[in-house]
Amino acid sequence: MTPGAGLDIARSRCFSLLSHVDHGKSTLADRILELCGAVDARSMREQFLDSMDLERERGITIKAQNVRLTWRDFVLHLIDTPGHVDFGYEVSRSLAACEGAVLLVDASQGIEAQTLANCYAALEADLTIVAVLNKIDLPQAEPDRRADEIERVLGIPAPDVLRISAKTGQGVPELLDAVVDRIPAPTGDPDAPLQGLLFDSYYDPYRGVVSSVRVFNGTLTTGARLRYLQAGATHEAEEVGVRTPDPTPVAALGPGEVGYLIAGIKDVGEARVGETVTGAAHPGAPLAGYRDPKPMVFCGLYPVVGDEYADLRDALEKLRLNDSSFTYEPETSGALGFGFRCGFLGLLHMEIIRERLEREYDLSLVATSPNVEYRAVRVDGAVEMVDNPSAMPPPSELETIEEPYVTVTILTPTDYVGPLMDLAQARRGEQTKLEYLAEDRVELVYALPLAEIVVDFFDQLKSRTRGYASLDYEPAGYRPADLVKVEVLLNGVPVDAFSTIVHRQEAQDYARRMTVRLRELIPRQLFDVPIQAAVGGRIIARETVKAKRKDVLAKCYGGDVTRKRKLLERQKEGKRRMKQIGRVEVPQEAFVAALRLDES
Amino acid sequence: MPSSTDAGRRDLGVYVHIPFCAIRCDYCDFATWTDRGGLVDAYVDACVTDLRGRVAAGELTPASSVFFGGGTPSLLAPDALVRILDEIPRRAAAEVTVECNPDSVDGPKLRAYARAGVNRCSFGVQSMQPHVLAALGRTHDPANVTRAVAAARDAGIENLNLDLIYGAHGESRADWDATLEAALALDPPHVSAYALTVEPPTPLGRRVAAGTSPGPDDDDQAAKYERADEVLGGSGRPWYEVSNWARPGHECRHHLLYWAQGDYVGIGCAAHAHRPGVRSWNVRAPERYLERIAAGRSPEAGRETLDPATRADEALGLALRTRAGASVPAAAAAEAAALEAAGLLAGRAERVALTRRGRLLATEVTVRLLAAATPTVSTSVAVGTR
Ligand SMILES: Nc1nc2c(ncn2[C@@H]2O[C@H](COP(=O)(O)OP(=O)(O)O)[C@@H](O)[C@H]2O)c(=O)[nH]1
Ligand SMILES: C[S@@+](CC[C@H](N)C(=O)[O-])C[C@H]1O[C@@H](n2cnc3c(N)ncnc32)[C@H](O)[C@@H]1O
Ligand code: SF4
Repeated sequence: MTPGAGLDIARSRCFSLLSHVDHGKSTLADRILELCGAVDARSMREQFLDSMDLERERGITIKAQNVRLTWRDFVLHLIDTPGHVDFGYEVSRSLAACEGAVLLVDASQGIEAQTLANCYAALEADLTIVAVLNKIDLPQAEPDRRADEIERVLGIPAPDVLRISAKTGQGVPELLDAVVDRIPAPTGDPDAPLQGLLFDSYYDPYRGVVSSVRVFNGTLTTGARLRYLQAGATHEAEEVGVRTPDPTPVAALGPGEVGYLIAGIKDVGEARVGETVTGAAHPGAPLAGYRDPKPMVFCGLYPVVGDEYADLRDALEKLRLNDSSFTYEPETSGALGFGFRCGFLGLLHMEIIRERLEREYDLSLVATSPNVEYRAVRVDGAVEMVDNPSAMPPPSELETIEEPYVTVTILTPTDYVGPLMDLAQARRGEQTKLEYLAEDRVELVYALPLAEIVVDFFDQLKSRTRGYASLDYEPAGYRPADLVKVEVLLNGVPVDAFSTIVHRQEAQDYARRMTVRLRELIPRQLFDVPIQAAVGGRIIARETVKAKRKDVLAKCYGGDVTRKRKLLERQKEGKRRMKQIGRVEVPQEAFVAALRLDES
Repeated sequence: MPSSTDAGRRDLGVYVHIPFCAIRCDYCDFATWTDRGGLVDAYVDACVTDLRGRVAAGELTPASSVFFGGGTPSLLAPDALVRILDEIPRRAAAEVTVECNPDSVDGPKLRAYARAGVNRCSFGVQSMQPHVLAALGRTHDPANVTRAVAAARDAGIENLNLDLIYGAHGESRADWDATLEAALALDPPHVSAYALTVEPPTPLGRRVAAGTSPGPDDDDQAAKYERADEVLGGSGRPWYEVSNWARPGHECRHHLLYWAQGDYVGIGCAAHAHRPGVRSWNVRAPERYLERIAAGRSPEAGRETLDPATRADEALGLALRTRAGASVPAAAAAEAAALEAAGLLAGRAERVALTRRGRLLATEVTVRLLAAATPTVSTSVAVGTR
């Protein structure tokens, strides 16, 4: 009998692994796969964590994966969740596909910010939590102390906390037994109308969109006509299967089962995370909690070379087949020409997309300074959402500007509370909580403007705490603020790439640093190039790049014409890599470097 | 063995590289060695063998110019230089130049050179200010220069060039004026003035990279160039190439070949050669050259064949450096007009030449014209303000 047909629902368990980065999630997943005899140890990781280069380089997962395993006479559906705050919504949908979660905590490090965030998310999803201390083989492990901490902070009784070493495998069988014993079996009616939750989709060039699906009610049958409720589209279930972790087609998936679904869809935007699939003939109700992905951070992306515009558009189109959570729309910039305004879930997401465009599609791009989406309230009361600083109405037409806030939770060793409070304060943070989780561990909660954390807050946090503090954040609405647009002009031409919206008090400082920086970065041209920064038309900083008077005058070069010509050819190619802003040529590196205004 | 039946023939130059110097100057990255004195005789023999082979193969028709460059060719004993020169078939009025360091020549040597057919000397003067010569790490003093020039004239060599360098550390504007004045006082028909260039693989290059020595200042060198052009041009020696000034009729024929994509043969290590559409160069080290010649093999280390587009680009880049200028490809006409408006080019019909300011920015102007002439899509975008 194919798996999936006639699964005993009472013997199924659906759960995720949750942990702060580096607490051992991947290692534990390897051990579990091994114990359940899923794959031989060597090929395991590649298959289970079938990740992109970028994910591997950054050591994070950004895609939910799932695998079906057999443990004693139970079927376990293990669902891996994305590991970064940018992908919080994907995490919440993965959790919605589970009845329980294993919360993994490093026995020497203790609770970190993501542990807290994950735990709250799991509780919100009504999951049963199995708390586990990992790395007990390490000499510096303090399982008793960490178990007490878990009890105090998370309210999970210390004696219920399991202790394992994902590295040696010690305690892992007991952990799987606890999963079976403590996490409730799914419930659901195989004969009710189908309700399936899509919690991940990716684009496969051969098969089209492959989605991960959890069935709650009804039966998902190969060949059935399906209705995608949010997208409002109908597709045929070309293939339904389970991952063991090899994809294995099955006839059907019933309630309490997790698997994959291929339905001839070409665009992940039509099979979004959170989508409900149901039968076209007897549709069920949509499952709760669907949300359109909402970009939080925006920037303009422009090809360095004007004629790569069409290539960039094609690349964005293709990438979006794979990731429907970023947005793009054409925009024109006075300085940069034709490009796209793109929205991302967060900074990491932005970097990933940009790197993929450059690496996988061989483009050179100029990215403007990242910004958040403002609410501009006009004098007549009209409200506009502004995701591009250069589209901000002039001050005279504005009543107020409101900016998005986030609630930032920081967990830190006590020693670093001072430096972190300084950092948060410098970023206009408002403290809402300071609590000792243990005598050496503090939870700080701040309300902070999102704009203040998008650029380098995380790096600053890490460097001021030698990497010991951790951070998590979630949106917390809009608040009015005294914001101004600082415009940067090169030879009189406003350059949106360098323009930004900042708090009035920071305008002068930004203007000074940016103009000085640009003076250093912009090569001398055939004429003097004034660099100005202005607020509301008033110049607040000015520098000049003096005209170039001479370039390399060749010395006596014998008959070596080749070398000289190669030099000219290289420079000619270099000219092509220059972005022309008005009459000024700006090398691509200047854009990148200018936006890294180091703070001291 | 000058031949006299050369009227109407395409010019052909012969460049002979002499890779030996007494000491190496801090700024110099030429193919030259200070510790290979023992190789000199064998090297001269190899040049002779190389030349005989080429004559036998019919590769070497009578030359219109011969240039002994270095290194320091004037380190060669008269008979050594004469042995090489004797092997080179030459036309009746062939120009024969030897690069000389002012402190490595004297009357007898120059007379011997002249008897063998040398009729032009190029002296590495660099500066006429002792402290600047010291800063450049040179071994001679201004008096050497004066003596060398007189000795050359004595030997009957009237066609003289003085090489100057401007922009050394510690050279003031007044120093440069003094150098120009002292150089002109020697009444040379030809002067070359080069901006001191920092070459990375030299002691100077390393000091500048390490920040222990300031590199030349662009603005200072620009001012000195303009001064040189004023003074030299004003003395009846108009510029004919970016770094070269001469009385009319005293332009260096051999160098003119380089700028006109003319033909030349390269003898010795590191020498370059050109035949229509093909550029080639010899092995760089003297030992390698000796090995190749001894084995009866060609000393050529590499070559490139230029396609028509590359040849055209090259022609533009070379011609633009000369007073005669270059003709602008139609596609670059707008760019040329913009450069003219900016005062960098002056045009006569579709032929343009660099202005004084343009010469200082010769690379920039050339690159712009080349970029405009190449049929790639322009990187510029419409400029509009919101
Ligand atoms: N000593 C020890 N090291 C472990 C254990 N589990 C994981 N690690 C190590 O901790 C690091 C992070 O583990 P990983 O599984 O990649 O963490 P993830 O980021 O949560 O997926 C790796 O170097 C693992 O080898 C354990 O039980 N004991
Ligand atoms: C091939 S070199 C050899 C001449 C001779 N050995 C001498 O140094 O007097 C010819 C000329 O190139 C110039 N030159 C050499 N190195 C230079 C540099 N780094 N920058 C500018 N000019 C240079 C000098 O003026 C030199 O006289
Ligand atoms: S003497 Fe001339 S060739 Fe020799 S090292 Fe000095 S500059 Fe170079």
